[in-house]
Amino acid sequence: MSSWLDYTINGLIVGNVYALVAVGLALIFGVSRLINFAQGSIYLVGAYIGWVAVVQLHTPLPLTIIVVAVAAAIVGLIIERFGLRPLQNSVRIAPLLATIGISFVLDQLVMLTFSPNPRALPSQLPDVRFQLGGGTIGPLDLLIAGVGLTSALLLFVFLRYSKLGWAVRAASQDRDAAMQMGVDVNRVNQAVFGIAAALGGVSGMLVGMYYNQIDTAMSLQATLKGVVAEVVGGAGNVPGAVIGSLLLGLVESYGVAVFGTSYRNLFAFLLLVVVLVLRPNGLFASARQAPPEPLTGTFIAPSRPVRIPRWALAVAAGGFAVLPLFPVSFYVLQTLINAWLLGMLALSLTLVAGTIGQVSLGHAALLAIGAYTSALLSLTFSVPAGLAIIGGGLMSAALGTALISPSFRLRGHYVSIATLAIGEIVSLVILNWEGVTRGPIGISGIPPLSLFGYDLISPTSIYWFSFAVMVVLALLQGRLLTSHLGRSFRAIRDDDVAARAYGLSLNRYKSLAFIFGGFAAGVSGGIAAHLYSYINHETFNTQQSILALTVVILGGLGNVVGAIVGSVALVGLPEVFRIAAEYRILIYGIVLLLLVRFRPQGLLGTI
Amino acid sequence: MAQSLMLSLRGLTRRFGGLTAVDAIDLDLAKGELVSIIGPNGAGKTTLFNLVTGLDRPDDGTVHFEGQDVTGLSPERLAAEGIARTFQLGRVFGNLSVMDNVLIGAHTRLRAVKPAVPVIGPLLELGLALLRPASVKAEEERLREEVKAILARFGERLLPRIDQPAYSLSYANRRRVEIARALALKPRLLLLDEPTAGMNPTETAEMQGLVAELKAEGLTILLIEHKLEMVMRLSDRVIVMDEGKKIAEGPGEQVRGDPKVIEAYLGHGLATERESAA
Repeated sequence: MSSWLDYTINGLIVGNVYALVAVGLALIFGVSRLINFAQGSIYLVGAYIGWVAVVQLHTPLPLTIIVVAVAAAIVGLIIERFGLRPLQNSVRIAPLLATIGISFVLDQLVMLTFSPNPRALPSQLPDVRFQLGGGTIGPLDLLIAGVGLTSALLLFVFLRYSKLGWAVRAASQDRDAAMQMGVDVNRVNQAVFGIAAALGGVSGMLVGMYYNQIDTAMSLQATLKGVVAEVVGGAGNVPGAVIGSLLLGLVESYGVAVFGTSYRNLFAFLLLVVVLVLRPNGLFASARQAPPEPLTGTFIAPSRPVRIPRWALAVAAGGFAVLPLFPVSFYVLQTLINAWLLGMLALSLTLVAGTIGQVSLGHAALLAIGAYTSALLSLTFSVPAGLAIIGGGLMSAALGTALISPSFRLRGHYVSIATLAIGEIVSLVILNWEGVTRGPIGISGIPPLSLFGYDLISPTSIYWFSFAVMVVLALLQGRLLTSHLGRSFRAIRDDDVAARAYGLSLNRYKSLAFIFGGFAAGVSGGIAAHLYSYINHETFNTQQSILALTVVILGGLGNVVGAIVGSVALVGLPEVFRIAAEYRILIYGIVLLLLVRFRPQGLLGTI
Repeated sequence: MAQSLMLSLRGLTRRFGGLTAVDAIDLDLAKGELVSIIGPNGAGKTTLFNLVTGLDRPDDGTVHFEGQDVTGLSPERLAAEGIARTFQLGRVFGNLSVMDNVLIGAHTRLRAVKPAVPVIGPLLELGLALLRPASVKAEEERLREEVKAILARFGERLLPRIDQPAYSLSYANRRRVEIARALALKPRLLLLDEPTAGMNPTETAEMQGLVAELKAEGLTILLIEHKLEMVMRLSDRVIVMDEGKKIAEGPGEQVRGDPKVIEAYLGHGLATERESAA
């Protein structure tokens, strides 16, 4: 029994940490209706500033906390001023994409500065345990609980009794009315981002001390956990976020107690998906109400797509098709093969995110499903690689659509959270389902690509194969867009309420979009598996999802040609300029930010 | 009488927290009738529309459409039953062309490309959309011709802009696109939510002419409108709502003179002012 008390205490302590992140998210959501995907990056920055303070400057604990809070708050203010304020009158998708871009830029900056290797963050507190009933509790537990309670109290006093706090509450209830009554919304935003960042930074430092380890993977985890807690409590609801965090901490702690540590995150994401399905407005949401009527086309930037004549496309395709006949280096072919594989993923994502407006952040999961299916089919059942890849595509279409279907009722930012969580769930299942996926060892010895009994091993044949598959997928998708399904998808994206009023079932058409898109992504993953000959649960990660999203934005949402142009550009340009691998993600993040700010419709325009 | 009833509401109620937005509304609409709902802002008119079209669910009461109980059905189902509506603030699909916007209105009438097969129906739809056999092409072509015919009802307002995205249209043209979209559904019941909002007198007169035409063609229409002159000219009956309740019902002239209506609709001061002016 005593261990249960330990698990409860642990759950509450961890929940307290999540609360520091979630409260910041809730404050920001309340004022800006924005889920700040960069919150985890601030948490990461806080942890590393804490490390610098403790290990290099030897600051005493109270000073460390103050240094971290102030530095993190400054980062938050910079994000607000330069990343988000310019987008105030922009389309709704813009700030969402901006925070994603900011998070990647911050994470990469930390990684480049401190290297990706984990570091120890000593706790500065005596290592003693006090008996408490049947369990034990340490000074760090008390510190975390103390910081959590103190911040909650300070926040309560600030929101309740200070003038700026009143303004924050007013702006979160009705932004326009608050502005008309003379509330300086920019100042409110600054305050909120500053507070949120300070809480997030301190939280990162405390967690680093708690586990005596910090590394750059913390960022995404923190964002996910904070968002889960916030959504469970009801987006924008500050007390709800605290309760959601404690609940999440307990669920995880008990889950770990019963099933083991590797299941910790699985419980967090399952909790999220369950809440999103059953109570998408959170456990403590007020009465249901219809969404406000939108102005037209506010989710994506309205634009006229650039018309490229068919003959030009045919000439370009012909040019790439005959390229291997010329004396080009293997390096060029290899780079273009990568571009074609990414192109297939981008085709998939541009359909899902662009055409039907479901901005998926977990798209790499579809690659993983296709890759594992294809690899296992060819290894276990000796299915020829060509057929196995189609099998991978079909499995991705079916399983991907089934997994994502709970989120079909959600809109905008919530879809991104749900897809992010589902992507994580897929990778956790791959890690833990050793009987089928071989767990952390991964799958090796995957047979090479083959077609009608002939192995495709030379770069030239692989180049032709992947290029041909991508062109076929692109032509099919182009045909889909000119059918009644194309206009139905786009209608759902522009206004799902009006679409439903005209008989378009959201479940049916979102499913069809994910089936079609899932197939393309699964095929891409399948080909990749046979090319790499070894895959594991980390082969297809969130970075690829973000890269694909950048490609899609670069090319123009929903734009088939744009997806391919974007892939060639983002794979090819870093090669042309010989940019070192570790700077690439940073550059993708910056490209995403610049696009959102200056050309939200992408190079070739939204379709 | 009962079988010629197109729409019948009984005790329809919707509460938002402490506020009762729609309070025990009874309403009967016969086939071919045009009934207007008027009332001050916030009276619950649009909420009533949302309840009838399935975008919101009543807390109490029933909706019968052509004798069938359709209370709480999804908007998709109700659209398929033949109920079309326009929206108060305008909900066109901004990035779709005028043609595509109106074609979406005809979505429930797609047959060739959307076979009514259970379970695999959606997959067949995907396959047919990609393969496009002759029947599918012919259906699409026929619907496009129909859309052009519908757009022609608006004179030269929309036809020259048929390939332009809706976001580039003027406000009044967006309202017209919405009505064209509703007509493409071939509705048996049409709900118009302030079709002339934001229109100048010429445009309002045009719209009034169109609604009169639709009525003459035998379409059953429920109209929310603030422009009383239009209401008086077009309506067979007028229903007045205030604070969620029906406070008067009857022919336009009778309702117009009802002191309760004048009080609710125009407020005390205005009512006396208007009487003295008349």
